[in-house]
Amino acid sequence: MSDGPPALLIDDLVVRFGDLEAVGGVSFAVAPGEVFGLLGPNGAGKTTTIRVLTTLLRPSEGRALVAGYDVRAEPLAVRASIGYIPQAISVDGALTAFENLDFYGRVTGVPRRERRERIEEVVETMGLASMLDRLARTLSGGMLRRLEIASALLNRPQVLFLDEPTVGLDPTARRMVWERLAALREQAGTTILVTTHLMEEAERHCDRLGVIDNGRLVEQGEPAELIERHRADSLEEVFTSVTGRTLDSDGAEGEQEGRLSDVRAQRRTARRLG
Amino acid sequence: MSAHSAGQPAASARPLPPALAAGPLVRMAEGTVAMAQAELRKLRHDHLDIVTRSVQPLLWLFIFGTALRNNHVLATGAKDYRAYLAPGVMAQAAMFIAIFYGLSVIWERDVGQLQRLLATPLSRTSIVLGKAAGACVRALVQAVLLLIVLAATGIGLRWNVAGILGALAMLILGTASFACMSMLLASAVKERERFMGIGQLIMMPLFFASSALYPLSLMPGWLHVIARINPLTYEVQGLRQMLVGVGGSGEVWLDFLVVAGFFAVMLAAATRAYPKAIL
Repeated sequence: MSDGPPALLIDDLVVRFGDLEAVGGVSFAVAPGEVFGLLGPNGAGKTTTIRVLTTLLRPSEGRALVAGYDVRAEPLAVRASIGYIPQAISVDGALTAFENLDFYGRVTGVPRRERRERIEEVVETMGLASMLDRLARTLSGGMLRRLEIASALLNRPQVLFLDEPTVGLDPTARRMVWERLAALREQAGTTILVTTHLMEEAERHCDRLGVIDNGRLVEQGEPAELIERHRADSLEEVFTSVTGRTLDSDGAEGEQEGRLSDVRAQRRTARRLG
Repeated sequence: MSAHSAGQPAASARPLPPALAAGPLVRMAEGTVAMAQAELRKLRHDHLDIVTRSVQPLLWLFIFGTALRNNHVLATGAKDYRAYLAPGVMAQAAMFIAIFYGLSVIWERDVGQLQRLLATPLSRTSIVLGKAAGACVRALVQAVLLLIVLAATGIGLRWNVAGILGALAMLILGTASFACMSMLLASAVKERERFMGIGQLIMMPLFFASSALYPLSLMPGWLHVIARINPLTYEVQGLRQMLVGVGGSGEVWLDFLVVAGFFAVMLAAATRAYPKAIL
């Protein structure tokens, strides 16, 4: 890890929706090049935290620095320094894979001269060469995820935010996504903040984890360290130990197809919960 | 560190990221072009859509228009009622496209595209302008097809080049305004089904309480007042003046002024409301 200033610095972050406190005083820091996982059940405050860090939502209290820029005072500079892939499908199904890449290259401020070269670069990194001329709506879930990640890399973000990147993917596609993310971090040193509720993925692919429950960060550290500290056999047990619950209550949800109706239902629920 | 302030934090002294190297106006222009180009590309992948949409104004023109023309019931000032009606259905068909364009905002919010866009440095005005440009392109294609059919069937327009270009400019302005209005509505409504209902609810009064089908002079006093504050009336009158030469207000500059004012207000309102659609 580099000794420079942290890529992410979150200090006592609070987000309220009316009377409901969705995030209640979360603090953590992520070093440049680190893969940090936010682990927790649905409705724990993971997505709300990401929304604050991507400037989609203003925090009620507290401070958050992304790539050194303050999300409240310098939202534009934050947006220009990050890549963000929300949980639901964010590429346009009515455009081809190439057109999606070209579009995101333009709107994330990639200079015209470098655009083609950068597109070739991310196509290579994410293994998309064979599907560039296909309409995005004809791609499989795994291909779509890779296309989305590719489109978020065009501006060479300092921090990449991934909200549940493997939801709805089969095991092969999941492994592929993680392999590509590992390669990216190896090559470009991109800092990655990923949310997940899959313990096994968190344990295997994240350098450090924050366990979030009911809007609070209840535990953080390296996976092995957490398991050791709680004298547990797995992260599953760590989670139960710090929250008194299991993740299984909504674990099945992650296995569902990422169909639009599911996503909409999830979103409605999320909106109701804040 | 509990002594943080909830007010404005101090900005850090770091240099701006390279993506912000160009000035805000240049970035806004580039962003608008990128948005509009994406809309155009989508249209190219689905050209059947524009053809099917072009049928509706023709039905109005040749069924409704022919029926009323043969009875000579309306004192429109035009020799052929269909010539009088043509600018009306042109504006109406364009408004139809524009009013339902906001549906794409709801769709994009539901799938996650909107969240993604709002987390890029793309300016909010660019998003709204680009989307509006998409609606305008569809409206323009539809209008040109309509003009071709009008020419082929020998319906008596003025066929003056400046008039046609002026009319297309008016159509762009009007369509962009209604597209912005639609995005404003979509930001507030958020549910697809409800949006459709409200869209219909707005469409019909705008259409009937305007000069699209009949002259303002035929309207009872209360309807006349409503038609006078309806921006579609000014769009249609401008179009009619430039395309047909009779039956308009005779003051094209006033028509342009009203529609341009309407556009400015709708653009500003939509730009403010749009980012809140995700909440």
